[in-house]
Amino acid sequence: MASCSIEDVLAKAERDEAEKLKGITVNKELDLEFDPGNLLAFDKNRLDTREFKDNKREDFLRSLARDNTQLLINEMWKLPTERVEEIIVAKLPDPTTPFPREKPAPKPKPPTKWEQFAKLKGIQKKKKTNLVWDDVHKEWRRRWGYKRAKDDTKEWLIEVPENADPSEDQFAKRNKAKKERVAKNEYNRLKNIARAQKINVPGMGLAPTPRQSKAELAQAVNVAKISTASVGKFQDNLPKEKTPKNTGKRRKFQPLIGDFGSEKQKQLELLKVMDSKKPRLDITKAVNKQMREEDRESAHKRKQGFGKKGRRGNMSGKGKGKGKCPSVDCCQIHKASLVKQSQYKYPTPMGRNIGHS
Amino acid sequence: MRPLTDEETKTMFEKLSKYIGENIRLLIDRPDGTYCFRLHNDRVYYMSERILKLATNISRDKLVSVGTCFGKFTKTQKFRLHITALDFLAPYAKFKVWVKPGSEQSFLYGNHIMKSGLGRITENTAQYQGVVVYSMADVPLGFGVAAKTTQECRMVDPMSIVVFHQADIGEYIRSEDTLT
Repeated sequence: MASCSIEDVLAKAERDEAEKLKGITVNKELDLEFDPGNLLAFDKNRLDTREFKDNKREDFLRSLARDNTQLLINEMWKLPTERVEEIIVAKLPDPTTPFPREKPAPKPKPPTKWEQFAKLKGIQKKKKTNLVWDDVHKEWRRRWGYKRAKDDTKEWLIEVPENADPSEDQFAKRNKAKKERVAKNEYNRLKNIARAQKINVPGMGLAPTPRQSKAELAQAVNVAKISTASVGKFQDNLPKEKTPKNTGKRRKFQPLIGDFGSEKQKQLELLKVMDSKKPRLDITKAVNKQMREEDRESAHKRKQGFGKKGRRGNMSGKGKGKGKCPSVDCCQIHKASLVKQSQYKYPTPMGRNIGHS
Repeated sequence: MRPLTDEETKTMFEKLSKYIGENIRLLIDRPDGTYCFRLHNDRVYYMSERILKLATNISRDKLVSVGTCFGKFTKTQKFRLHITALDFLAPYAKFKVWVKPGSEQSFLYGNHIMKSGLGRITENTAQYQGVVVYSMADVPLGFGVAAKTTQECRMVDPMSIVVFHQADIGEYIRSEDTLT
């Protein structure tokens, strides 16, 4: 008995070992395609639809996932490994599967002013060499930037031209001109960006004319006033300056005699929208209707009950000339009167008769 | 004079639909001609296209009234219905109230209708529903708002108000100056 059990245990241990070994090798009809760069494995084997339909679906899927993962990990062990801080790491190759774009493709930017002009004139971009021969230093220097070939900031002597003022500082003049060129370039760059993103930028207040008109100056003052972080809200007024009151958008209305057909359509659409917004089941109305029905039934019973005794006193308290009697006929009378009213003719635009006959 | 904007049209239709419900489309879409709403000095006028074209020849400050005045927009853009709209709304009214001959005059002086003066009321009237007030001879007298549902009307005491007064034809005499 003990020996039988020991044999059983040994046999079980052997079977377990076999199971574990089986684990590493997986049999597949078609080999999987691997993309180790993305840790991706494609399994193109056919699925056994029978196993899929039975209740053993979960087990089937689990075993399938396990097998495929095993094959992927086998593949990963074949990659070259390296040691990073006492951990063995596999070096992944480049991914081979192309993935679709994560974000939408960027829209082409609209051309800048220069690009438009160049296209119009047919000016091609000329490729320039990086280095230029500098005769002064007798070496090749870069075209622009640090230690450039023709650097006029390093000049220690500037000739005063004939028509210039002798006491003018030529060096300062050169610096200022450079600054202005830089500022102009920056301004044009920003304008190009604004045009590309269709941002409306208010124009400069002053045009570079020697004589500005009163209107132009006033415009310049207004633009300067609102060119603060709070759009001019906390700017004090100059003495005798009045804050303009008509700032803000002017409303635009439809023309007086527009297209009557379209106007009618719009109004009917509006009515349709309003109708759709109203709830179809009005709770209070439904509740009231229910209460009415119950009242009617109870009144019916009471009438029949009292009719035998000949008592009508209590009844009158209920239907005191209200147009509602316990029978259903009254509603019919009302419906008839409503129908009659709807056949009322349209009143003519003349004849505003106050006292209807 | 100008056409109504979308918001103004919406406010006005909401007010009108309280009295005539979905019959507004019968005012907009009429088989016997194109009629339209126009705004002049905060008042809404309903007129045929022919009258509108004739009215364009009158300058804004000299123009007093065109067609029928339905009501006016208050300073806070709320729409107030005037009695002059009665002729157009009475035939399409969904909920009606008939007033006894005794309290007809009281209503025409601008008072609310009490239960003692109530002759008939249509079934299913909800509370605060817009109603058209008639005399017992089926003459439209004005507008009102139902203060109680038809059910409640039966059960309350005779001195409680059942219809709030909104407009009545006595206003033609009382407020002759302000009506256009």
